Amino acid sequence: MQSILEGFAAAFRLIVTLNPELWRIILLSLEVSGTALMLATIFGLPVGACLAMRRVPLRGLVISLLNTGMGLPPVAAGLFLYLFLSRSGPLGFMGLLYTPTAMIIAQCLLAFPIVASLSQAAIANVDPVIRQAAITLGATPIQESLAVVKEARYSIMAGVMAGLGRVMAEVGAIIIVGGNIAGYTRVMTTTIALETDKGNFELAIALGIILLTISFSITVGLRFFQRLGRTGTSAN
Amino acid sequence: MGLELKILNVFKAYNGNPILRDCSFAFAQGCTYVLQGPNGSGKSTLLRALALLEQPDSGRVEYRDGGQILAADLELRRRITLVLPRTGIFNTTVFKNVAYGLKIRGITRAEIEARANDALLAVGLGHKKWQRALELSSGETKRLGIARAMVINPEVFMLDEPTANIDPANTAIIEGIILKLKQKRQATILMITHDPAQAQRLGDDLLFMQDGKIIPA
Repeated sequence: MQSILEGFAAAFRLIVTLNPELWRIILLSLEVSGTALMLATIFGLPVGACLAMRRVPLRGLVISLLNTGMGLPPVAAGLFLYLFLSRSGPLGFMGLLYTPTAMIIAQCLLAFPIVASLSQAAIANVDPVIRQAAITLGATPIQESLAVVKEARYSIMAGVMAGLGRVMAEVGAIIIVGGNIAGYTRVMTTTIALETDKGNFELAIALGIILLTISFSITVGLRFFQRLGRTGTSAN
Repeated sequence: MGLELKILNVFKAYNGNPILRDCSFAFAQGCTYVLQGPNGSGKSTLLRALALLEQPDSGRVEYRDGGQILAADLELRRRITLVLPRTGIFNTTVFKNVAYGLKIRGITRAEIEARANDALLAVGLGHKKWQRALELSSGETKRLGIARAMVINPEVFMLDEPTANIDPANTAIIEGIILKLKQKRQATILMITHDPAQAQRLGDDLLFMQDGKIIPA
């Protein structure tokens, strides 16, 4: 018990004294996860919108695959990406293995099905009268689609927040493709795993507290957007 | 010249169930038509076909301008409008709902502001312009739907049961708005109602629909 308390005390010291190593790890985590989420949204939202609004071939199969992808084990995603990026793999010539770029790709692969699938569900749930109203007001097909997507914006944001929650907490994939190299690919989750293994609890606890705070903020954000989405779906 | 509207031998069925049967009529430009008839007689389907929301199975909806038949394209769709029975209010402010039709036409911000404000004042919602539209009452929502449609100055203005399920005060306001639109004679107005007295008050020509056909009353 004494060592745990000492660990927490040391962790708080690291946080309040703005320890450079701690902040470097946090910033890299936010950069990797933020970029991955942005890419997952850029690709996932149009895919979700197309699946919800257009007659796409094999639509049911694609939706099932995306739903399966939402539960994709990070370690498996990391393993497959490793095989592609390793020197003998098809993308080995790019030299991406053990770089932040590889970690971004890994996290993007994990977030993409969540963003695409939840966006699809959100847009498909918009009352059809919204689209008809846009048509009667003179919208072009693109403007109609945008009106529907806009109506689903809060539920889409909730999906993006769920994607953020997934990538921020992820460790399995990025440790495989990132390698946990100090000062280069070491992020919050991989540092916690490593420092705990080494018995250095101060940094692990400090990062754990920050990760929990971020997770809490994501949950609050998720609830906020879900609540806005609920009030927004009833079209009079 | 304005838009002339005619339907010729229109037939429309849903799941093999005929709704419009050989429906034909020529609407005079600038007149106000009130459609009445029992539920399922095809009134809403007719308006949806006229608003180009539904494609007839056979027959045609014909819009003419200066004698020329117009293609059913975006340009024509932007000259007509239909206020749906469930208005389809966007989850944003009252003002942005009204501004939508103008914004998608690429109209300048200053003009949008002026026209949307005029439309909101006309329907008595000027004081609620920054309120969330989904927080409006049923009657206010109907009025917002009308403001959103009238701001785009349609040449054919269709309203599907604009006063259904709302209180007498809101009904009176909406009737007042329609009467003002009618007096301007800029648009051909087609509206559906189940209230014969309202039909008498508002219509230049009363039409009755039965079994998918229009019968002049």
